[in-house]
Amino acid sequence: MTKLNSKTPEGPLAEKWRNYRSNQNLVNPANKRKLDIIVIGTGLAGAAAAASFAELGFNVKVFCIQDSPRRAHSIAAQGGINAAKNYPNDGDSIYRLFYDTIKGGDYRAREANVYRLAEVSNNIIDQCVAQGVPFAREYGGLLDNRSFGGALVSRTFYARGQTGQQLLLGAYGALSKEIEKGSVEMYTRHEMQDIVIIEDRARGIIARNIITGELERHFGHAVVLATGGYGNVFFLSTNAMNSNGSAIFRAYKKGALFGNPCFTQIHPTCIPVHGDYQSKLTLMSESLRNDGRIWVPKNKEDAEKIQKGELKPTEIAEEDRDYYLERRYPAFGNLVPRDVASRAAKERCDAGYGVGPTGLAVYLDFEDAINRLGRDAIEAKYGNLFQMYEKIVDEDPYTTPMMIYPAVHYTMGGLWVDYELQTTITGLFAAGEANFSDHGANRLGASALMQGLSDGYFVIPYTMQNYLADQIGVKRISTDHEAFEKAEKESQERIDRIMAVKGKTSVDTFHKKLGLIVWEYIGMSRNKEGLEKAIGMIREIREEFWKDVKITGDITGMNTELEKGLRVADYIDLAELMAYDALQREESCGGHFREEYQTGEGEALRNDKEFTYVSAWEYKGDGEKPELHKEDLNFEFVEVKQRSYK
Amino acid sequence: MNLTLKIWRQKDAKAKGKFVTYKINDISPDCSFLEMLDILNEQLVEKDEEPVAFDHDCREGICGTCSLYINGRPHGPDEAVTTCQLHMRKFKDGDTIVIEPWRAKPFPVIKDLIVDRYAFDKIIQAGGYISVNTGGVPDANAIPVPKEKADLSMDAASCIGCGACVAACKNASAMLFVSAKVSQLALLPQGKTEAKRRVQKMVAKMDELGFGNCTNTYACEAECPKEISVENIARMNREFLGAKIGGNKKEK
Amino acid sequence: MARTGFYQSSLTKKYVMALAGLFLITFLFVHLGINLLVLCKGSANYEARELFNIAAHFMGTNVLIKIFEVVLFGGFIIHIIYGFVLQIQNWMARPKRYKKENFSFTSPFSKFMIHTGIIIFIFLIIHLFDFYFKAKIYGDVKEVIYDGKHYHDLGLLVIDKFQHLGFVIFYVVILIFLGFHLHHAFQSVFQSLGLNHPRYMPVLKTISLIISIILPLGFMIIPLVIYFGNY
Repeated sequence: MTKLNSKTPEGPLAEKWRNYRSNQNLVNPANKRKLDIIVIGTGLAGAAAAASFAELGFNVKVFCIQDSPRRAHSIAAQGGINAAKNYPNDGDSIYRLFYDTIKGGDYRAREANVYRLAEVSNNIIDQCVAQGVPFAREYGGLLDNRSFGGALVSRTFYARGQTGQQLLLGAYGALSKEIEKGSVEMYTRHEMQDIVIIEDRARGIIARNIITGELERHFGHAVVLATGGYGNVFFLSTNAMNSNGSAIFRAYKKGALFGNPCFTQIHPTCIPVHGDYQSKLTLMSESLRNDGRIWVPKNKEDAEKIQKGELKPTEIAEEDRDYYLERRYPAFGNLVPRDVASRAAKERCDAGYGVGPTGLAVYLDFEDAINRLGRDAIEAKYGNLFQMYEKIVDEDPYTTPMMIYPAVHYTMGGLWVDYELQTTITGLFAAGEANFSDHGANRLGASALMQGLSDGYFVIPYTMQNYLADQIGVKRISTDHEAFEKAEKESQERIDRIMAVKGKTSVDTFHKKLGLIVWEYIGMSRNKEGLEKAIGMIREIREEFWKDVKITGDITGMNTELEKGLRVADYIDLAELMAYDALQREESCGGHFREEYQTGEGEALRNDKEFTYVSAWEYKGDGEKPELHKEDLNFEFVEVKQRSYK
Repeated sequence: MNLTLKIWRQKDAKAKGKFVTYKINDISPDCSFLEMLDILNEQLVEKDEEPVAFDHDCREGICGTCSLYINGRPHGPDEAVTTCQLHMRKFKDGDTIVIEPWRAKPFPVIKDLIVDRYAFDKIIQAGGYISVNTGGVPDANAIPVPKEKADLSMDAASCIGCGACVAACKNASAMLFVSAKVSQLALLPQGKTEAKRRVQKMVAKMDELGFGNCTNTYACEAECPKEISVENIARMNREFLGAKIGGNKKEK
Repeated sequence: MARTGFYQSSLTKKYVMALAGLFLITFLFVHLGINLLVLCKGSANYEARELFNIAAHFMGTNVLIKIFEVVLFGGFIIHIIYGFVLQIQNWMARPKRYKKENFSFTSPFSKFMIHTGIIIFIFLIIHLFDFYFKAKIYGDVKEVIYDGKHYHDLGLLVIDKFQHLGFVIFYVVILIFLGFHLHHAFQSVFQSLGLNHPRYMPVLKTISLIISIILPLGFMIIPLVIYFGNY
């Protein structure tokens, strides 16, 4: 297998995608009916792709683990979606969006992919408006924009603090339309267990019906994984409880390379951890940084008093507050990219200036904004976020500053894909957060929605046809085929194995333990020693897990413990992979901060000479160290520079 | 806090089901309701009992997965929250909490507190969208929408499809859910084109699935975690009447 | 779509229910207006009960009113039948009830429309036997002559009835239930027909409250005044 051919089309940057589309192969309408496509996941990428395939005339089978395709975690994205519309006339362009995204990703993404993303961003907005997504508007009836971290223009479209929800419901509507027509078969409460490979091509899946516990076989001429990220490796993250990395990890084990696993994003504005029973972290939209100012006390004594509850933030005088982002990054101030904001918060807290009972929080203060714009204006913009904060923390953010702390939010890493979003397994595609492309080492705010929908609506419907064009002669393969038989047997054995352990420790206990290790050593900042230690600890957890995990209930019927157990088994392996990746990347870039590699001022220090590549890992068997492949990133169109937001 | 929980346990869709009482101690008031159930489940697993199955996912009040009819109210005793955002500070030490699944004919119990809400998806599939395909749409700013309409549309669109309206309604009516989608799209110029067809198809599907009839008690509005107004129901009534009187002769 | 036989959407039923209800409310006003005439004592120009008896005669004989009477009965029957059908469907929509239910905040009387409705329905039957059928079928009503014309002295029938305390109490109690029913009913009509508007809805709710008080109160005055007054 010749690995890592990115298949980037020839030509100048701005013409690559057009060239591709002009020359790609297509499938004629009569033949589309003979071709089946399986889509796993119904988030933005999955739902959009499935709907678009079906509209084109393919037969589509869609799977999701939730009770309804409308519940995928894309729904929780709050802030907005970027597009290079330049409606505010503030100097935006496709190139600028491309450039900001490449730079925001710390020059670790493929130029051609990112340019295509910026190019189709405008189509996404048009599409969503046509679908009835109620974006925010101005009194003139036209669309409103707001600014977001990492950009100097206002290019973010939004629907209150529920942009992800509205975009997802738009895609869900499109999907529902196709289900009604009969061109999409919807399977809810199904979890993919394995990819079925026949003659080196992905030809189907094994799925577990979560209600009955039965394993099912499904054939497809091609398979698309749109199953999101693996942030739940950390146990505590802003991901939904059911979001998991198992589908992409199964694909990895079947031979798909895993790209940049160590690139995880820590989001700076989450509600701080408040107790050890906590199950997940809640994100407060990054858009809050538009009007909120981040600070900690200037004096350590004040911070300590606050931690003990002896002092209130409102009692600290203006001159005793340290607006550290404004101080360190005067040009971007509170709107620096996420990785920079997160690390700065951690730096302050580690130095002892943190607030809140744990000392692991900083303030996000709206006092100035309320004085300037009035409470009503702030309520109109952020009302639902403020309400959510108040429900959770039991404090009124209108009168006392919010407390925030970074938390795991997004994984830039994922299955390695080429320009066509195809993995190294022929016929297996990955879209949205599940793939590694587009965001490099750090994702800018409001870009995840853009990428999900871009992949789903405007990229994969084209590239899939290019793949399927020579598959029209392939008859539907019976699921009695030995490859299906074998894959089902393997899945069954894995389930039997975990049920047979009958140990004493609950799945969640293992997961929490793993999460703490990953947060500590493979989290916001990493170092060689810590990573090596983490690998050892993860291996111990794995050993213990397979000896001592306790799964109650039966194999048949609904068994939530079993579902969790299977996922955590994959998280353990995935964590190890992340550690390998973080260890080999001896530089700091974006979300990956190696303590050994920083500037005198504590900023990330890239090593472009040696590490301007995508690391893509190949599975080599259980217990074996995976093999590293490299896709060199050749920057032809942008000048690779030290990222500066000062 | 120490609490007594009376929880509906039902092995599967066919099993009979019954209430089981559990005692749970030392719960922090800052704990969310679902985290309290997590703790209970952890204890059950420890005792080799099967944990209580309940639906949940995002745990930030937006996915609409969580449900639970708590002490006679969907999403429990707090206004404008889903169960995942309900916190234990809303209860008192020593309280007895009765936890039941949503009860409605179109929402059959799958296990314990989990019900099947696919009926909602079927209603949307019947017409809860604007029938445009990917690509070939006009520029986003080619369709101006008055801000007031866009805001009202957004109010309706914030429905998370959790089913609390059905659970709260003494008639198990889905009118608030259906009307929220009908309103969202009817308020926008993009959605006007097929508004008449949409409302008739969605209402017909709703009836067919066996939801009850609306008798304007407004329990739905009172319990909706997203505070969706019953004005949407009135709007749907108006739209439907308009469609019946002024609609095409026969809708397919 | 299953549109076998006589299919009507839930919304159509709602409109019918609302329109029939609204029609019945207007009827109640007419009914009250005529009934109040029974309290008019004699004067220089007319005898006691004369106005009432003439009005009742008019209502009982005028062709237009006769036709309208059929419509009225239709209105009652439709409102009652639809009420039952809807209620049965609603019960069927929740085959398994909650153990602890209905702690949601709802408009107070909306939950009990079927109950107050049934009470009023039973009353309606009794009421018809008490007055309507007596006048129409049995014909054992005394006759009076005004200006040389013969009339049934229905007023006397009313006044005789309300000499019994038990009967007076029965009527008053039932009328309170009618008030409960109306409290929800009137404003609900506008919601059902989609004629709501954020600005006018509070006004409609107030009107609903007023109607739910003055209609029953108006009807209550008749037995009370007859019983305690000198008739």
